[in-house]
Amino acid sequence: MKRLRMYLVPALMLVTLSGCGYNVMQKNEEAVKAAWGDVEAAYQRRNDLIPNLVEVVKAYAKHERETLTAVTEARAKVGSIQMSKEIIEDPKAFSKFQEAQSAMGSALARLMVVVEQYPDLKANQNFQDLQHQLEGTENRINVARVRYNKAVETFNTSIRIFPNSITNNFLLHLKLKEPFKADAGAEKAPKVQF
Amino acid sequence: MLLILVCVLFFTPLSAHALDVPVLKGYVNDYAGMISPTVRSELENELRGFEVSDSTQIVILTVPSLEGEVIEEFSIKVAETWKIGQRVKDNGIIFVVAKQERKMRIEVGRGLEGRLTDLMAGRIIDLVVKPKFKEGDFDGGFTSAISSLIDATRGEFKADETPKKGMKRAFPQFLTFLIIGGIVLLVTGSISRILGGLTGTIGLPSLVHLTLFPLGLITLVLFASLGLLAGIFLPLLFSTGRHRGGGIFPGMFDTGGFDTRGGFFGGGSGGGGDFGGGFSSGGGDFGGGGASGDW
Repeated sequence: MKRLRMYLVPALMLVTLSGCGYNVMQKNEEAVKAAWGDVEAAYQRRNDLIPNLVEVVKAYAKHERETLTAVTEARAKVGSIQMSKEIIEDPKAFSKFQEAQSAMGSALARLMVVVEQYPDLKANQNFQDLQHQLEGTENRINVARVRYNKAVETFNTSIRIFPNSITNNFLLHLKLKEPFKADAGAEKAPKVQF
Repeated sequence: MLLILVCVLFFTPLSAHALDVPVLKGYVNDYAGMISPTVRSELENELRGFEVSDSTQIVILTVPSLEGEVIEEFSIKVAETWKIGQRVKDNGIIFVVAKQERKMRIEVGRGLEGRLTDLMAGRIIDLVVKPKFKEGDFDGGFTSAISSLIDATRGEFKADETPKKGMKRAFPQFLTFLIIGGIVLLVTGSISRILGGLTGTIGLPSLVHLTLFPLGLITLVLFASLGLLAGIFLPLLFSTGRHRGGGIFPGMFDTGGFDTRGGFFGGGSGGGGDFGGGFSSGGGDFGGGGASGDW
């Protein structure tokens, strides 16, 4: 009887350990999905602001057709990429997505530089409102991306360490998730300084 | 080169020379000394009253300088540490002002974004605060800012006991694991009292932390000691078979710990050290909404 007790304790400990791994990995994956949801929502918000912005700028800066077209086209490109939960597990799709969003950001930044030359536009209340909304959206995108990356780091670590990796290989088959990498060309969020 | 720079800026928000999040003292945290004492107590009273009536928490933070940080990054760090606003409602607002850089930001909690939109926050900054700050009238600027923020968010939330739901949801899960843990405890305890004590000391805090609520340092020590006692005495009780075992745990969970004040664990693990003024943050969440400006 004593021998059974001796083996029972380590056995119980092992069971609870891997049991914990099972739950922890699932929880972490859900956290990643939730964080990705926030990222999607933030990018979508930016997308929705664009048409308004283009209209307001057009009213004052008709001749900046090229820049405005670039923005509209970048938006169309983003719209053509399906934002789904599968992207976060597919490195190629993910980098395509990130590139498209980054191009959108660049096009917007260029538009804002052009706007500098139109003081009437800058003074327009509508435009200033859109400015605040755009800045708020960019901030939300940044915050969402940082939090998403943190969630991905937690999750990826939790499925790679021992003994969780064993539970994952045999039971769950959860895949590694893609984090956001620094944008090529080093564009930070377009901050408009008047 | 620039890529590496952006990498660093983006992924290491807690770099060595970044500005630390100040300690949350109360509704008005005037570290830059921009507000006169009379106005400060007026604002404190107004904001306290607003939290009582609406459960919405609005706080002011002024810092002498951002020390090279971008105000949006600093502001979200403060928001994530202080957790202003009530837990599930996320109804907090932080008005951050950096004196040297002449920059300000209204950070809006998730629950208020629908009412206090980025646009509105932007207008408050541009039309209400900026003109006063430009003249050097900081008292006036803060007073009008707070009035506008209160007007913008009044009535959106009511002060009620919503967070209790979280407790009810987590409890059955906790109970299940407790029973399993109890069995493990009895087994280890029957081998040796030391082992039982050890299991309890490690097991109980982990159990509570994972299923009920995050533990701060004090609560960790509390539960660890309780676990130790349980680990030593519980197997004893069960081995004699007769007594009223299981009487140890239920008494610990005081439902008062989950009220809207959230003082028990709301700010315990973050930067909020001193709650002497009767103020404690409610654990609210921020998504990065709001607006920035300067003067």
